[in-house]
Amino acid sequence: MTLDQIIKELNLKVLTDAKDFSQISPTHGYVSDMLSCVMTGAKHQSIWVTLQAHNNIVAVACLLELAAVIITENAQPDAVTIKKANEEGITLLSCPRNSFYVTGKLWGMGLRDQ
Amino acid sequence: MAGSITRVEELAYILKISEVMSSQVKTLNPHNTMQDVLECMRENRISGIPIVDQENQSLIGMVSTEDLIRCLANQDVQSNLQKYMSTRLVTVNSFDHLTEALKLFAKTGLGRLPVLDEKGALTGILTKGDVTYGLLRALQHDYQEEEVRIYRASHLFEDIESDRTSLILRYTIQHFDFTNGGAASSKIKRALLRMGANAQLARRVGIGTYEAEMNLIIHTTNGGSIHVEIEPHQIAVYAWDDGPGIADVQLAMQPGYSTATEEIRELGFGAGMGLTNISRCADEMDLRSELGKGTHLTMKFLLTGEDVVGEGYTSKTKKESSKNDA
Repeated sequence: MTLDQIIKELNLKVLTDAKDFSQISPTHGYVSDMLSCVMTGAKHQSIWVTLQAHNNIVAVACLLELAAVIITENAQPDAVTIKKANEEGITLLSCPRNSFYVTGKLWGMGLRDQ
Repeated sequence: MAGSITRVEELAYILKISEVMSSQVKTLNPHNTMQDVLECMRENRISGIPIVDQENQSLIGMVSTEDLIRCLANQDVQSNLQKYMSTRLVTVNSFDHLTEALKLFAKTGLGRLPVLDEKGALTGILTKGDVTYGLLRALQHDYQEEEVRIYRASHLFEDIESDRTSLILRYTIQHFDFTNGGAASSKIKRALLRMGANAQLARRVGIGTYEAEMNLIIHTTNGGSIHVEIEPHQIAVYAWDDGPGIADVQLAMQPGYSTATEEIRELGFGAGMGLTNISRCADEMDLRSELGKGTHLTMKFLLTGEDVVGEGYTSKTKKESSKNDA
Protein backbone atom coordinates (compact mmCIF):
# COMPACT_ATOMS: atom_id res chain seq x y z
CA MET A 1 0.00 0.00 0.00
CA THR A 2 1.35 3.39 -0.96
CA LEU A 3 0.99 6.75 0.72
CA ASP A 4 -0.76 7.92 -2.41
CA GLN A 5 -3.58 5.37 -1.87
CA ILE A 6 -3.85 6.30 1.81
CA ILE A 7 -4.16 10.01 1.02
CA LYS A 8 -6.95 9.29 -1.49
CA GLU A 9 -8.82 6.75 0.63
CA LEU A 10 -8.85 8.92 3.74
CA ASN A 11 -9.20 12.16 1.81
CA LEU A 12 -6.21 13.67 3.60
CA LYS A 13 -4.96 17.20 3.11
CA VAL A 14 -1.24 17.39 2.26
CA LEU A 15 0.27 20.17 4.37
CA THR A 16 3.87 19.87 3.16
CA ASP A 17 5.41 19.97 -0.32
CA ALA A 18 4.01 17.52 -2.83
CA LYS A 19 6.21 14.57 -3.73
CA ASP A 20 5.69 11.28 -5.51
CA PHE A 21 3.58 9.63 -2.82
CA SER A 22 3.12 6.52 -4.95
CA GLN A 23 6.80 5.76 -4.26
CA ILE A 24 6.35 5.77 -0.47
CA SER A 25 5.09 2.54 1.10
CA PRO A 26 4.51 2.81 4.85
CA THR A 27 5.37 -0.43 6.62
CA HIS A 28 3.48 -0.04 9.90
CA GLY A 29 1.19 2.27 11.83
CA TYR A 30 1.37 3.85 15.26
CA VAL A 31 -1.04 6.01 17.29
CA SER A 32 -0.14 8.16 20.28
CA ASP A 33 0.01 11.77 21.38
CA MET A 34 2.86 11.12 23.78
CA LEU A 35 6.12 11.73 21.95
CA SER A 36 8.26 9.41 24.06
CA CYS A 37 5.83 6.57 23.45
CA VAL A 38 6.17 7.21 19.74
CA MET A 39 9.95 7.22 20.13
CA THR A 40 9.70 3.86 21.83
CA GLY A 41 7.00 2.20 19.79
CA ALA A 42 6.85 3.56 16.25
CA LYS A 43 8.78 1.59 13.71
CA HIS A 44 10.97 3.06 11.02
CA GLN A 45 8.88 4.04 7.95
CA SER A 46 5.62 3.93 9.93
CA ILE A 47 2.64 6.21 9.61
CA TRP A 48 2.04 8.07 12.86
CA VAL A 49 -1.47 9.21 13.74
CA THR A 50 -1.63 12.02 16.31
CA LEU A 51 -3.50 15.05 17.56
CA GLN A 52 -0.25 16.90 18.20
CA ALA A 53 0.55 19.63 15.71
CA HIS A 54 3.46 21.51 17.31
CA ASN A 55 6.92 21.51 15.81
CA ASN A 56 8.39 18.72 17.91
CA ILE A 57 6.44 16.19 15.88
CA VAL A 58 8.81 16.97 13.02
CA ALA A 59 11.88 16.20 15.15
CA VAL A 60 10.32 12.90 16.22
CA ALA A 61 9.29 11.97 12.67
CA CYS A 62 12.74 12.89 11.39
CA LEU A 63 14.66 10.93 14.02
CA LEU A 64 12.49 7.86 13.47
CA GLU A 65 12.40 8.33 9.68
CA LEU A 66 8.63 7.98 9.60
CA ALA A 67 6.83 7.71 6.26
CA ALA A 68 4.27 10.38 7.20
CA VAL A 69 2.41 11.99 10.10
CA ILE A 70 -1.39 12.21 10.00
CA ILE A 71 -2.61 15.04 12.20
CA THR A 72 -6.21 14.43 13.20
CA GLU A 73 -9.23 16.58 14.15
CA ASN A 74 -7.97 19.39 11.94
CA ALA A 75 -5.23 20.41 14.39
CA GLN A 76 -3.16 22.90 12.43
CA PRO A 77 0.65 23.05 12.60
CA ASP A 78 2.06 26.57 12.30
CA ALA A 79 4.09 27.84 9.35
CA VAL A 80 7.42 27.24 11.14
CA THR A 81 6.52 23.59 11.70
CA ILE A 82 5.56 23.10 8.06
CA LYS A 83 8.76 24.82 6.90
CA LYS A 84 10.84 22.59 9.16
CA ALA A 85 9.01 19.50 7.90
CA ASN A 86 9.78 20.49 4.31
CA GLU A 87 13.44 21.03 5.16
CA GLU A 88 13.63 17.58 6.72
CA GLY A 89 11.59 15.94 3.98
CA ILE A 90 8.81 14.91 6.37
CA THR A 91 5.28 14.58 5.01
CA LEU A 92 2.53 16.09 7.18
CA LEU A 93 -1.08 15.20 6.40
CA SER A 94 -4.25 16.35 8.09
CA CYS A 95 -7.91 15.44 8.29
CA PRO A 96 -11.00 16.50 10.24
CA ARG A 97 -11.75 12.99 11.61
CA ASN A 98 -10.34 11.71 14.91
CA SER A 99 -7.45 9.32 15.52
CA PHE A 100 -9.81 6.38 16.15
CA TYR A 101 -11.43 6.75 12.75
CA VAL A 102 -8.15 7.22 10.91
CA THR A 103 -6.56 4.24 12.60
CA GLY A 104 -9.61 2.08 11.84
CA LYS A 105 -9.40 3.05 8.20
CA LEU A 106 -5.67 2.32 8.01
CA TRP A 107 -6.21 -1.07 9.67
CA GLY A 108 -8.97 -1.76 7.16
CA MET A 109 -6.57 -0.99 4.34
CA GLY A 110 -4.21 -3.60 5.74
CA LEU A 111 -1.71 -1.57 7.75
CA ARG A 112 -0.64 -3.22 11.02
CA ASP A 113 1.23 -2.25 14.16
CA GLN A 114 3.95 -4.83 13.65
CA MET B 1 1.37 25.76 2.62
CA ALA B 2 1.90 29.23 4.02
CA GLY B 3 5.49 30.10 4.73
CA SER B 4 7.00 27.03 3.14
CA ILE B 5 9.83 27.55 0.68
CA THR B 6 11.08 24.69 -1.42
CA ARG B 7 14.73 24.27 -2.39
CA VAL B 8 13.79 25.15 -5.96
CA GLU B 9 12.19 28.44 -4.89
CA GLU B 10 15.22 29.14 -2.74
CA LEU B 11 17.51 28.51 -5.71
CA ALA B 12 15.50 30.98 -7.79
CA TYR B 13 16.50 33.62 -5.26
CA ILE B 14 20.16 32.57 -5.30
CA LEU B 15 20.86 31.96 -8.99
CA LYS B 16 21.55 34.95 -11.25
CA ILE B 17 19.92 35.05 -14.67
CA SER B 18 23.44 35.21 -16.18
CA GLU B 19 24.19 31.75 -14.72
CA VAL B 20 21.19 30.15 -16.37
CA MET B 21 20.68 31.96 -19.71
CA SER B 22 22.02 30.85 -23.09
CA SER B 23 24.71 33.34 -24.01
CA GLN B 24 25.29 32.23 -27.57
CA VAL B 25 22.36 34.00 -29.14
CA LYS B 26 21.46 33.91 -32.80
CA THR B 27 20.53 37.44 -33.81
CA LEU B 28 19.51 39.22 -37.00
CA ASN B 29 19.71 42.89 -37.91
CA PRO B 30 16.98 45.25 -39.13
CA HIS B 31 18.09 44.84 -42.74
CA ASN B 32 17.25 41.13 -42.85
CA THR B 33 14.08 39.75 -44.43
CA MET B 34 11.47 37.40 -43.06
CA GLN B 35 13.02 34.74 -45.34
CA ASP B 36 16.21 35.10 -43.25
CA VAL B 37 14.10 34.69 -40.13
CA LEU B 38 12.58 31.49 -41.49
CA GLU B 39 15.98 30.02 -42.34
CA CYS B 40 17.58 31.06 -39.06
CA MET B 41 14.76 29.46 -37.09
CA ARG B 42 14.85 26.28 -39.11
CA GLU B 43 18.64 25.86 -39.00
CA ASN B 44 18.98 26.59 -35.32
CA ARG B 45 15.65 25.08 -34.23
CA ILE B 46 14.72 28.18 -32.27
CA SER B 47 11.40 29.92 -31.91
CA GLY B 48 12.45 33.52 -31.32
CA ILE B 49 15.19 35.80 -32.63
CA PRO B 50 16.35 39.09 -31.12
CA ILE B 51 16.90 41.83 -33.68
CA VAL B 52 19.93 43.99 -32.80
CA ASP B 53 21.44 47.16 -34.11
CA GLN B 54 24.60 46.22 -36.04
CA GLU B 55 26.64 49.08 -34.62
CA ASN B 56 26.01 49.18 -30.89
CA GLN B 57 24.46 45.72 -30.37
CA SER B 58 21.43 47.28 -28.74
CA LEU B 59 18.16 45.34 -28.87
CA ILE B 60 15.60 46.76 -31.27
CA GLY B 61 12.96 44.07 -31.41
CA MET B 62 12.07 40.36 -31.34
CA VAL B 63 10.68 38.12 -34.06
CA SER B 64 8.88 34.99 -32.91
CA THR B 65 7.33 32.02 -34.71
CA GLU B 66 3.94 33.70 -34.29
CA ASP B 67 5.23 36.69 -36.27
CA LEU B 68 6.57 34.33 -38.93
CA ILE B 69 3.20 32.56 -39.19
CA ARG B 70 1.44 35.89 -39.71
CA CYS B 71 3.93 36.70 -42.46
CA LEU B 72 3.52 33.28 -44.11
CA ALA B 73 -0.25 33.67 -44.05
CA ASN B 74 0.24 36.88 -46.00
CA GLN B 75 2.70 35.10 -48.34
CA ASP B 76 5.08 37.93 -47.57
CA VAL B 77 8.42 36.24 -46.71
CA GLN B 78 10.44 38.57 -48.91
CA SER B 79 9.51 41.63 -46.87
CA ASN B 80 11.85 43.27 -44.37
CA LEU B 81 11.52 41.77 -40.91
CA GLN B 82 10.80 45.17 -39.36
CA LYS B 83 7.26 44.87 -40.74
CA TYR B 84 6.54 41.90 -38.42
CA MET B 85 8.89 42.25 -35.46
CA SER B 86 7.57 43.17 -32.00
CA THR B 87 9.09 46.32 -30.56
CA ARG B 88 7.21 46.29 -27.26
CA LEU B 89 9.93 44.39 -25.50
CA VAL B 90 9.92 42.61 -22.18
CA THR B 91 13.52 42.13 -21.06
CA VAL B 92 15.41 41.00 -17.98
CA ASN B 93 18.81 42.01 -16.62
CA SER B 94 21.64 39.48 -16.50
CA PHE B 95 22.51 40.55 -12.94
CA ASP B 96 18.98 39.99 -11.59
CA HIS B 97 17.98 36.86 -9.74
CA LEU B 98 16.15 34.10 -11.56
CA THR B 99 13.01 34.81 -9.57
CA GLU B 100 12.53 38.08 -11.52
CA ALA B 101 12.45 36.12 -14.77
CA LEU B 102 10.02 33.57 -13.31
CA LYS B 103 7.64 36.38 -12.35
CA LEU B 104 7.81 37.79 -15.88
CA PHE B 105 7.22 34.39 -17.48
CA ALA B 106 4.15 33.95 -15.29
CA LYS B 107 2.85 37.48 -15.87
CA THR B 108 3.35 37.75 -19.63
CA GLY B 109 3.00 34.16 -20.80
CA LEU B 110 6.06 34.71 -23.03
CA GLY B 111 8.26 31.74 -23.86
CA ARG B 112 11.60 33.58 -23.98
CA LEU B 113 13.08 36.75 -22.56
CA PRO B 114 16.03 38.68 -24.02
CA VAL B 115 18.69 39.35 -21.38
CA LEU B 116 20.47 42.71 -21.22
CA ASP B 117 23.79 43.51 -19.52
CA GLU B 118 24.64 46.52 -17.32
CA LYS B 119 25.01 48.72 -20.41
CA GLY B 120 21.69 47.63 -21.88
CA ALA B 121 23.29 45.55 -24.67
CA LEU B 122 21.92 42.12 -25.53
CA THR B 123 23.96 39.48 -23.74
CA GLY B 124 21.78 36.37 -23.82
CA ILE B 125 18.36 34.83 -24.04
CA LEU B 126 16.40 32.96 -21.40
CA THR B 127 13.79 30.31 -22.18
CA LYS B 128 11.72 28.25 -19.77
CA GLY B 129 13.87 25.30 -20.84
CA ASP B 130 17.01 27.19 -19.73
CA VAL B 131 15.36 27.77 -16.34
CA THR B 132 14.51 24.10 -15.88
CA TYR B 133 17.97 23.01 -16.95
CA GLY B 134 19.66 25.61 -14.72
CA LEU B 135 17.65 24.54 -11.67
CA LEU B 136 18.35 20.86 -12.28
CA ARG B 137 22.06 21.60 -12.62
CA ALA B 138 22.03 23.55 -9.34
CA LEU B 139 20.18 20.75 -7.54
CA GLN B 140 22.67 18.23 -8.88
CA HIS B 141 25.45 20.47 -7.56
CA ASP B 142 23.79 20.49 -4.11
CA TYR B 143 23.61 16.73 -4.23
CA GLN B 144 27.27 16.42 -5.15
CA GLU B 145 28.23 18.80 -2.33
CA GLU B 146 26.52 16.48 0.13
CA GLU B 147 28.39 13.54 -1.39
CA VAL B 148 31.69 15.39 -0.95
CA ARG B 149 30.76 16.23 2.65
CA ILE B 150 30.02 12.58 3.33
CA TYR B 151 33.28 11.54 1.70
CA ARG B 152 35.34 14.06 3.69
CA ALA B 153 33.66 13.31 7.02
CA SER B 154 33.80 9.55 6.57
CA HIS B 155 37.59 9.73 6.33
CA LEU B 156 38.00 12.03 9.30
CA PHE B 157 40.03 9.76 11.55
CA GLU B 158 41.92 7.98 8.85
CA ASP B 159 44.99 10.17 8.57
CA ILE B 160 45.20 11.53 12.08
CA GLU B 161 47.57 9.73 14.41
CA SER B 162 47.40 9.96 18.16
CA ASP B 163 47.12 7.55 21.05
CA ARG B 164 43.43 8.25 21.16
CA THR B 165 41.69 10.48 18.63
CA SER B 166 38.17 11.76 19.18
CA LEU B 167 35.86 14.38 17.83
CA ILE B 168 33.75 16.36 20.28
CA LEU B 169 30.51 18.10 19.32
CA ARG B 170 29.08 20.59 21.81
CA TYR B 171 25.52 21.90 21.96
CA THR B 172 23.95 24.37 24.37
CA ILE B 173 20.32 23.67 25.21
CA GLN B 174 18.09 26.46 26.53
CA HIS B 175 15.41 25.84 29.14
CA PHE B 176 11.88 25.83 27.68
CA ASP B 177 13.14 26.33 24.11
CA PHE B 178 10.55 24.06 22.51
CA THR B 179 11.04 25.76 19.15
CA ASN B 180 14.49 24.19 18.83
CA GLY B 181 13.53 20.96 20.55
CA GLY B 182 15.26 18.11 18.73
CA ALA B 183 17.59 20.40 16.77
CA ALA B 184 20.76 19.18 18.49
CA SER B 185 19.85 15.50 18.19
CA SER B 186 18.95 15.93 14.50
CA LYS B 187 22.34 17.58 13.88
CA ILE B 188 24.14 14.82 15.74
CA LYS B 189 22.33 12.17 13.75
CA ARG B 190 23.23 13.91 10.48
CA ALA B 191 26.88 14.25 11.55
CA LEU B 192 27.07 10.53 12.28
CA LEU B 193 25.52 9.61 8.94
CA ARG B 194 28.03 11.85 7.18
CA MET B 195 30.80 10.14 9.08
CA GLY B 196 29.69 6.83 7.65
CA ALA B 197 27.70 5.45 10.59
CA ASN B 198 25.01 2.99 9.57
CA ALA B 199 21.40 4.18 9.73
CA GLN B 200 20.51 1.94 12.66
CA LEU B 201 23.31 3.31 14.87
CA ALA B 202 22.62 6.92 13.86
CA ARG B 203 18.94 6.42 14.70
CA ARG B 204 19.73 4.92 18.11
CA VAL B 205 22.04 7.79 19.03
CA GLY B 206 19.49 10.27 17.65
CA ILE B 207 16.60 8.89 19.71
CA GLY B 208 18.60 8.63 22.93
CA THR B 209 19.97 12.14 22.52
CA TYR B 210 16.52 13.51 21.68
CA GLU B 211 15.17 12.31 25.02
CA ALA B 212 18.14 13.84 26.84
CA GLU B 213 17.71 17.08 24.93
CA MET B 214 14.00 17.32 25.75
CA ASN B 215 14.77 16.61 29.42
CA LEU B 216 17.14 19.61 29.44
CA ILE B 217 14.44 21.75 27.82
CA ILE B 218 11.62 20.61 30.10
CA HIS B 219 13.12 19.70 33.46
CA THR B 220 16.04 22.07 34.14
CA THR B 221 16.41 25.47 35.74
CA ASN B 222 18.90 26.95 33.27
CA GLY B 223 19.00 24.48 30.42
CA GLY B 224 22.21 22.55 29.96
CA SER B 225 24.69 21.20 27.49
CA ILE B 226 25.16 18.12 25.38
CA HIS B 227 28.61 16.88 24.41
CA VAL B 228 29.07 14.07 21.97
CA GLU B 229 32.45 12.41 21.81
CA ILE B 230 32.93 10.38 18.68
CA GLU B 231 35.72 7.84 18.58
CA PRO B 232 36.39 5.03 16.13
CA HIS B 233 35.22 2.46 18.68
CA GLN B 234 32.42 4.26 20.53
CA ILE B 235 30.15 7.27 20.73
CA ALA B 236 29.60 8.85 24.12
CA VAL B 237 26.86 11.39 24.75
CA TYR B 238 27.00 13.52 27.89
CA ALA B 239 24.08 15.70 29.01
CA TRP B 240 24.70 18.08 31.89
CA ASP B 241 22.57 20.55 33.76
CA ASP B 242 22.92 22.54 36.98
CA GLY B 243 19.59 21.83 38.54
CA PRO B 244 17.17 21.24 40.04
CA GLY B 245 18.31 17.61 40.14
CA ILE B 246 16.32 14.41 40.50
CA ALA B 247 15.10 13.47 44.01
CA ASP B 248 14.92 9.73 43.39
CA VAL B 249 16.82 8.46 40.36
CA GLN B 250 15.44 4.92 40.68
CA LEU B 251 11.88 6.21 40.74
CA ALA B 252 12.59 8.49 37.77
CA MET B 253 13.86 5.50 35.81
CA GLN B 254 10.53 3.68 36.19
CA PRO B 255 8.52 3.60 32.96
CA GLY B 256 5.56 5.97 33.18
CA TYR B 257 6.92 8.03 36.06
CA SER B 258 6.98 11.74 35.27
CA THR B 259 7.05 15.05 37.09
CA ALA B 260 5.98 17.02 34.03
CA THR B 261 3.30 19.67 34.51
CA GLU B 262 -0.11 19.58 32.87
CA GLU B 263 1.04 22.24 30.41
CA ILE B 264 3.97 20.09 29.28
CA ARG B 265 1.80 16.98 29.04
CA GLU B 266 -0.56 18.78 26.68
CA LEU B 267 2.36 19.11 24.28
CA GLY B 268 2.75 15.35 24.35
CA PHE B 269 5.75 15.23 26.66
CA GLY B 270 5.89 13.80 30.14
CA ALA B 271 4.89 10.25 29.27
CA GLY B 272 7.54 9.11 31.71
CA MET B 273 9.25 7.14 28.99
CA GLY B 274 12.27 9.34 28.32
CA LEU B 275 14.83 7.64 30.56
CA THR B 276 13.41 4.21 29.67
CA ASN B 277 13.93 5.08 26.06
CA ILE B 278 17.50 6.19 26.69
CA SER B 279 18.38 2.95 28.45
CA ARG B 280 16.83 1.00 25.60
CA CYS B 281 18.84 2.86 22.94
CA ALA B 282 22.22 3.13 24.62
CA ASP B 283 24.59 0.25 25.26
CA GLU B 284 25.55 1.82 28.57
CA MET B 285 23.72 4.44 30.56
CA ASP B 286 24.75 6.23 33.69
CA LEU B 287 22.56 8.75 35.49
CA ARG B 288 23.80 10.72 38.49
CA SER B 289 21.87 13.47 40.12
CA GLU B 290 21.93 15.55 43.26
CA LEU B 291 19.05 17.73 44.38
CA GLY B 292 19.94 21.40 44.10
CA LYS B 293 23.12 20.64 42.16
CA GLY B 294 22.14 19.06 38.89
CA THR B 295 22.15 15.97 36.77
CA HIS B 296 24.81 14.19 34.70
CA LEU B 297 23.68 11.68 32.13
CA THR B 298 26.10 9.55 30.16
CA MET B 299 25.13 7.34 27.24
CA LYS B 300 27.59 5.10 25.47
CA PHE B 301 27.08 3.49 22.12
CA LEU B 302 29.64 0.84 21.36
CA LEU B 303 30.63 0.26 17.78
CA THR B 304 30.75 -3.36 16.86
CA GLY B 305 31.25 -5.43 13.73
CA GLU B 306 30.69 -3.35 10.70
CA ASP B 307 29.79 -0.14 12.54
CA VAL B 308 32.18 2.59 11.52
CA VAL B 309 32.45 6.31 11.99
CA GLY B 310 35.03 8.53 10.39
CA GLU B 311 37.14 5.79 8.87
CA GLY B 312 36.96 5.47 5.14
CA TYR B 313 39.03 2.33 4.85
CA THR B 314 36.45 0.15 6.57
CA SER B 315 33.67 1.16 4.20
CA LYS B 316 35.00 -1.50 1.82
CA THR B 317 34.15 -4.32 4.21
CA LYS B 318 30.81 -2.67 4.79
CA LYS B 319 29.98 -2.82 1.14
CA GLU B 320 31.04 -6.42 0.93
CA SER B 321 28.93 -7.45 3.85
CA SER B 322 25.88 -5.64 2.50
CA LYS B 323 26.42 -7.60 -0.69
CA ASN B 324 26.32 -10.78 1.35
CA ASP B 325 23.06 -9.70 2.96
CA ALA B 326 21.50 -9.37 -0.47
